[in-house]
Amino acid sequence: MASSPQRRIDVAGLVIALILLVLAGIVWWDMTKLQILSPYDLGPKVMPVIVSGGLTLLAIGNAIGALRGTLPDRDSLDWKPIILILGGLACLIALIAFGGGFMIGTALLFAATSTAFGRRAFVTDFIIGAVIAVFIYLLFAKLLTLSLPAGPLENLF
Amino acid sequence: MEAFVSLANGLAVAIQPANLLFALIGVLLGTAVGVLPGIGPALTVALLLPITFKLDPAGSIIMFAGIYYGGMYGGSTTAILINTPGESASMATALEGNLMAKAGRGGPALATSAIGSFVAGTIATLGLTLLAPYLVEIAVSFGPEDYFALMVVAFVTVSATFGDSPVRGLTSLFIGLLLGLVGIDILSGQSRLSFGVPELYDNIEVTTLAVGLFAVGEALYVASRRHVHEEKLEAVRGSLWMTKEDWKRSWKPWLRGTMFGFPIGALPAGGAEIPTFLSYATERRLTKHPEDFGKGAIEGVAGPEAANNASAAGTLVPLLTLGLPTSATAAMLLAGFQQYGLNPGPLLFADQPNLVWGLIASLFIANAMLLVLNLPLVGLWVRLLAIPQPWLYAGILVFATMGTIAANPSPVELIMLTVFGVLGFLMRRFDFPIAPVVVGLILGPIAESQLRRALSISLGDPMTLLQSPISATLLAIALIALVLPFFLNGMGRFKAVED
Repeated sequence: MASSPQRRIDVAGLVIALILLVLAGIVWWDMTKLQILSPYDLGPKVMPVIVSGGLTLLAIGNAIGALRGTLPDRDSLDWKPIILILGGLACLIALIAFGGGFMIGTALLFAATSTAFGRRAFVTDFIIGAVIAVFIYLLFAKLLTLSLPAGPLENLF
Repeated sequence: MEAFVSLANGLAVAIQPANLLFALIGVLLGTAVGVLPGIGPALTVALLLPITFKLDPAGSIIMFAGIYYGGMYGGSTTAILINTPGESASMATALEGNLMAKAGRGGPALATSAIGSFVAGTIATLGLTLLAPYLVEIAVSFGPEDYFALMVVAFVTVSATFGDSPVRGLTSLFIGLLLGLVGIDILSGQSRLSFGVPELYDNIEVTTLAVGLFAVGEALYVASRRHVHEEKLEAVRGSLWMTKEDWKRSWKPWLRGTMFGFPIGALPAGGAEIPTFLSYATERRLTKHPEDFGKGAIEGVAGPEAANNASAAGTLVPLLTLGLPTSATAAMLLAGFQQYGLNPGPLLFADQPNLVWGLIASLFIANAMLLVLNLPLVGLWVRLLAIPQPWLYAGILVFATMGTIAANPSPVELIMLTVFGVLGFLMRRFDFPIAPVVVGLILGPIAESQLRRALSISLGDPMTLLQSPISATLLAIALIALVLPFFLNGMGRFKAVED
């Protein structure tokens, strides 16, 4: 692993370096809008300057690593489960944002994740997820007095 | 001897029935969650943090301590039985431990790790008791510039010195520091990097970040490469108990592991990987049964496991006395303190002695509880490992999202959780360490306020950092720790050799 026969330029590594550079730019741009209230210290600007500078240096460091091809090897990637899990999370977020409560969303997330991990029983898992959601709701809301976003279903309890 | 008086007072707090109950709940929850594959102690604490939101500070911090120690015990069970350590600190345990389990000696492996953890945890907590008052005394004389320099040392050692790649470690750290900038700056009242989103004004929650990186990120990562890598659970066969021979071969590694773990954990150097692998290497060299190594040697479990637990107790030294978290788990504990507006450090020892010493005393109690719980109940914990993987990860995600919105009821918080999950996935894929992000987020703002305090005292002259002898020394140490790995080509190198 130390020296591969062909040194390939790692495109993903270059993208990482570019993202770091963009982040450094955003931090710097955001810093320029801050006002210094005390004439003696740099106040709120000190840390953004340090972070922005550090990110720029690290972007260079990562770019060098990518050009040398020193990034660790990666396994092949299966995109389907990732999309399923992120889709489940997106449904949950949408349901909560539009007042659907969290129970249906939670049951969906449970079923989607378990499908992502190779189970083929979406309906069963949806019901299991719903039972867990009710259990968590009772535990959090009634026992620990934490508030969870409620929709029509939650108001039945 | 002042320490023992304080400890006795703390014990009086810790043995109040309510606090004993909190400690018991903590160790039970910690073990149960820690035993689940892919969940290390840091995620265990992060997942359970929102639940304790409404409890009283003393009880809930005692509960965290139980969760912390319980998570460590649970993690080693997983490492031994499925060889998927939830955290890098259990990697050394997994090496020989999983081989022992495969050879039908899973019982003694679990026993030596539980008893070793108890021995190491007790000695190290005693070390914490004795060391803390001295450190507090020293820390009182620290000026803001000295604190800042100390935090720089912690930043460097956590991210650059002991990882595989200093550049990738520092990249993680700076992502954490960047996230720490988000929100309203307390000193000037101006918002930074918030882009007009109200949820971003009150800073990024450490729990949201940790749960996103560890739980969601891990789920995405494991799901994406399920076709390459399958986990296999070893059943615990044969006797659970250690034979006389096992005891004879275990006790010295326990003590040696403690000697590695506690000092290294107590230094603001962070990470239990170094002491566990040092212990592993030492036991391998000193053993009278070299033929067993690579086939499941009990010394190779006893030593690293003791080192792991001793270093976990060791990291509490800088955390409690200086407010300096040096691991992801310590960062979560600090978040636990902060949710009650408590700031660990010398002042906390002066202001809230009952709370601090109650916590330390309850560490002893938690440790004893864990020993009692783990040996006879190990069969119960093992059954948790048999939860089918799809349900396990689905359950983790459900609990993670519920905990997040219970703490901050807003869809924006869930969007952040998802974004951090994707970040955690990418970091795993490209081999960036995760802990520095969490440490950067929580320690960044503290370091910033110390730096600004120092600068405003010196009327803006940055040379103040070099004029204080303490701060100058610490910054020199940080510089050495930063530059050294570039010359040694990564001090984490020996990790690869042991694999």
